Amino acid sequence: MNAARIVTAAALVFPLIGDARAAGPADAPPGALACSGCHPAARSADATMPRLMGRNPADIVAAMAAFKSGQLPSTVMDRIAKGFSEDEVKAIAAWYAAQKD
Amino acid sequence: MTALRTSRREFLKAAAAGATLLPLPAIAQGAAGRVVVVGGGFGGATCARFIKRIDPRITVTLVEANRTFIACPFSNTVIAGLRDLKAQEFGYDKLASDQVVLQLSPGTAVDPQGRIVTLANGTQLSYDRLVLSPGIDIRWDGLPGYTEAAAERMPHAWKAGEQTLLLRRQLEAMEDGGTVVMSAPANPFRCPPGPYERASLIAYYLKTKKPKSKLIILDAKDAFSKQRLFQNAWKALYPNLEWVSLSSGGKVTSVDVGAMTLVTDFGRHKADVANVIPPQKAGRIAELAGVADRTGWCPIDPATFESKLQPNIHVIGDASIAGAMPKSAFSANAQAKICAAAVAKLLAGGKPDEPKLINTCYSLVAPDYGISIVGVYRPADGQIKEVEGSTGVSPLDAPSSTRALEATFANAWFNTITTEVFG
Repeated sequence: MNAARIVTAAALVFPLIGDARAAGPADAPPGALACSGCHPAARSADATMPRLMGRNPADIVAAMAAFKSGQLPSTVMDRIAKGFSEDEVKAIAAWYAAQKD
Repeated sequence: MTALRTSRREFLKAAAAGATLLPLPAIAQGAAGRVVVVGGGFGGATCARFIKRIDPRITVTLVEANRTFIACPFSNTVIAGLRDLKAQEFGYDKLASDQVVLQLSPGTAVDPQGRIVTLANGTQLSYDRLVLSPGIDIRWDGLPGYTEAAAERMPHAWKAGEQTLLLRRQLEAMEDGGTVVMSAPANPFRCPPGPYERASLIAYYLKTKKPKSKLIILDAKDAFSKQRLFQNAWKALYPNLEWVSLSSGGKVTSVDVGAMTLVTDFGRHKADVANVIPPQKAGRIAELAGVADRTGWCPIDPATFESKLQPNIHVIGDASIAGAMPKSAFSANAQAKICAAAVAKLLAGGKPDEPKLINTCYSLVAPDYGISIVGVYRPADGQIKEVEGSTGVSPLDAPSSTRALEATFANAWFNTITTEVFG
């Protein structure tokens, strides 16, 4: 199963997750605020790492599942993904989806 | 804004006059509250900014001794001549435009009962919540012979800046065929993989510029962060690098600056260049505020980073005892955001959530050879513990393309985090 197919499959499973949470750092679910240490919050920042803000939550959920299983090759994300449950990842993805620039 | 107090005497007079004249917490007066953050590094600058972002009505004052912050991550590349110190320097202008009030004067006293911070310039700041992010201080009494004057001959370079440049100049001035001796301290200390990244990059400098020279690391430990990754790389890249463990007699017990010698129980090591990474403790203001314990570090609540020794004072970053989290810039930044959310919630009378934190630390073994350690953490049994299965280092058998990718990611991480904190 390649990454694109995983992303598509996940999009069908979690369609409207983006509305689930309010935006803002005060409402960030556990773990969400740490991501921006590497994934830039600002558009002006280094573009090597993908931004998470405003991204389709299903993509984040699918990528994390694929990192965890090893289907998607990675350097650090395989290890980080193992530290989060599926529900925690869904909450983080929904929160990032609700972030506006 | 009420954060500035004109005089301590006035405060004491008011206090003496009776409880009704005591300044009420800002919340009781209907305002959002006053937060003072001491220390403008990866922890403090992040925390100040995020509190403001969470609730712009909170008055946030950042107390910092220096106008320019000099970052430690990547400073080992400066020592090895691969980077300019300028690339490590950051200012506070963007924090000021976020309405963080800057006080560029060192904090010299904290009155936890009166909730007042005093600065060297005489200013007194009242707070409802105080966040201390003072980083580390060197224990000048921790290694016989290693004084502040000695550090001018044998730099520690464990706070980036002039010390970093001094060590670089010494390496540049050394004859080919010279001996560099480093000493690494016992745990805990700032940046656990840092001494070994430094050793790698100094060895890289020697290999490319002074190939007849050698490097010895005298260690007060038998094990260190990313050990097998480092040792495998050293074997492959740096045959002139020798690591002496604690059980092989590596613990430095004193230094003799006049003789440029590091002394262990097993012998004396004469150096042409000596880099002593000495024992450390929480930055001095932590001690003055009464939040450091006998270890020299600061016990904290793992969910809010509030001190276990003084109410209304939070400690983040290297100074805190953060359980399984290492003393790193990434940790300090992640803790700062959790602490900011907790402080805002506590000021509003709410209950902070149980957080989850991440740490990612890259080390460069060579300019195009990166390795990493990561972990996910959560509060458990009153401490910060690793989430089982989340922690780990780069694979031991990765191809050079993976090492190159991790070196690229290391650079990207530095750019991203410094943009979040200062940009």
